[in-house]
Amino acid sequence: MSILVGKNSRVLVQGFTGSEGTFHATQMIEYGTNVVGGVTPGKGGQKHLDRPVFNTVDDGVKTTGADVSIIFVPPAFAADSIIEAAAAGIKLVVCISEGIPVADMVRVKYFLEDFPATRLIGPNCPGIITPEEAKVGIMPGFIHKKGHIGVVSRSGTLTYEAVDQLTKLGLGQSTGIGIGGDPIIGTTTLDAIKLFMNDPDTHGIVMIGEIGGSMETEAAQWVKIHGTKPVVGFIAGQTAPKGRKMGHAGAIIGGTADTAEAKMNTMRECGIHVVESPANIGRAMKDALK
Amino acid sequence: MNLHEYQSKALLKKSGVNVPLGSVAFTPDEAVKVAESVIEATGTDVIAVKAQIHAGGRGKGGGVKIAKSTEEVRRYAHDIIGMRLVTHQTGPKGKLVGKVLVEQGIYQPGPAEVKEFYISILLDRSTSRNIVVYSPQGGMDIEAVASQSPQLIFKEEINPLGLQPYQARKIAFNLGLTGKAYSQMVKFLANLYNTYEANDFSLLEINPVVKTSDDDIYAADAKCTVDDSALFRHPDIAGQRDLDEEEPAEVEAGKNNLNFVKLDGNVGCMVNGAGLAMATMDIIKLSGGEPANFLDVGGSANAKTVAAGFRIILKDPNVRVILINIFGGIVRCDRVAQGVVEAYREIGNIPVPVIVRLQGTNALEGRKLIDQSGLRVYTATSFQEAANLVKEMVEKQAF
Repeated sequence: MSILVGKNSRVLVQGFTGSEGTFHATQMIEYGTNVVGGVTPGKGGQKHLDRPVFNTVDDGVKTTGADVSIIFVPPAFAADSIIEAAAAGIKLVVCISEGIPVADMVRVKYFLEDFPATRLIGPNCPGIITPEEAKVGIMPGFIHKKGHIGVVSRSGTLTYEAVDQLTKLGLGQSTGIGIGGDPIIGTTTLDAIKLFMNDPDTHGIVMIGEIGGSMETEAAQWVKIHGTKPVVGFIAGQTAPKGRKMGHAGAIIGGTADTAEAKMNTMRECGIHVVESPANIGRAMKDALK
Repeated sequence: MNLHEYQSKALLKKSGVNVPLGSVAFTPDEAVKVAESVIEATGTDVIAVKAQIHAGGRGKGGGVKIAKSTEEVRRYAHDIIGMRLVTHQTGPKGKLVGKVLVEQGIYQPGPAEVKEFYISILLDRSTSRNIVVYSPQGGMDIEAVASQSPQLIFKEEINPLGLQPYQARKIAFNLGLTGKAYSQMVKFLANLYNTYEANDFSLLEINPVVKTSDDDIYAADAKCTVDDSALFRHPDIAGQRDLDEEEPAEVEAGKNNLNFVKLDGNVGCMVNGAGLAMATMDIIKLSGGEPANFLDVGGSANAKTVAAGFRIILKDPNVRVILINIFGGIVRCDRVAQGVVEAYREIGNIPVPVIVRLQGTNALEGRKLIDQSGLRVYTATSFQEAANLVKEMVEKQAF
């Protein structure tokens, strides 16, 4: 078992024939993901990577029965791609594109309220992977191993770091989700934690956050009441100066409640195993499972 | 991207928001010319001379003066242009003022009382909606109002379809306005929200909004931030970026597609990915060092970006150790290692020890390349090993 994606997922690639789409679709296919086709407006009817290209997501869904899409469309057009996927009935939309204007995402979120069956992951994220079944993202597949740890994180390479530590300690993963670092995203930390808590095959959860926002605090408060599995947490940005932007729009220190220290304190109070050093994430999970 | 007050006001004016008549001036002569034309057009006898820097608290630092004559305008402009203005937001070194906004004074006595309000528009991340934050207590430090009298801070959530007329009315009533001032405020709010939307602002803050003695509503100050991700559709605004307001090293980094933030520590770092970069800064601190910077080389760590990163970090005389932390995914560690070796050859002697931690795709090949290069570079594979090396170097150097 796993959450959201698995060997039965039928994946459509939006922005299929572009350089990013081509590169990562190739990697996903090599990993064993069931990529059923792609969408590039104006190139419908062609074949790319031995798979059909469609003009619209709707055509792709009707022809292939796709239920998952991954978006590699330039940021100026990515919001429209998310909406198109939802309108076509895609259940899980994974948006990799980085740099989507905030105003566009405000409209996307509003639009998605009419499509409660559609879940968005991202944007500006590495995607989602169920090891040895399906990789719907840009993460390096080889560091992952099938197992029972759920991983949810706001960042890319820091997630790889955590997964690598887990794998090297013999702890495989049920599913890993990078939810993205933008101010407006689809699936939140709490959403992912709930899914993992309800997944019988997930035995422990690693939650990696950053300064800024309140997502980790909300997730921690939920875990305190509903948690049934050990959760290990880390917040990046303990040394980030106040008021400075550290690459992610998500990483802006706003008030006192969204500093790394405040979040880590809340997480501790809620029974989460908080690590101060990012080098100890895997070890802490191993200890927590004892 | 942050805008100056004068740039913000020009955009506000374009959307129909009332702003005091005025213009930017780079010299005292220009300031006098602007003042003369403002006096002629408005009949005012009060002119504000305001330092244009990207920081708040300018008034307290002596960067805002009220002139009663063109001679005073000249004197104030002369004093302010070229001064180092220190405010609570500039840091102790302050900021060099290169220009002033010269504009019509709007605090004139008259039939009605002059009042100041606070109004801002920004994104509420918890709801993914924009909100209007407002207070009848304007003109002062809004954070102080929020902590001392939170009941005087109001919030209005705005649906993506836009600010509705009933919401503008509600805000105007909550600000205690009636009659002409009330209807002027309703119009003001609609135009303000349009400015925010039309220009892809991520923050629009007016403090104070002034109700004049003849019941007109004016934006007396303006602080606007434009969403960087949306600048592609606002080339006119993108062209107004003032590089003098930014840290030179950060500007240089941007030219090389590096994301750099200068800090005050002694251990420089170069990392791929913002989250891992922050985590690396954290581990530097836990190892007894202080991070000298944040530097995200992104997904394109190669010889060119690594060399550029070295140059930027080495400009900081406080740096005693450099830690390169790369988790190879799409980025291959052997390429990064090659980049480090080439950067060494290109730059010549790098006077501080460098720790390179490579993990992920082709990490072993990368480590081998560096170990065989004969350079004074220490390699590590795990995050903990890298942390141990930082600790060792920091202790050895005895800062």
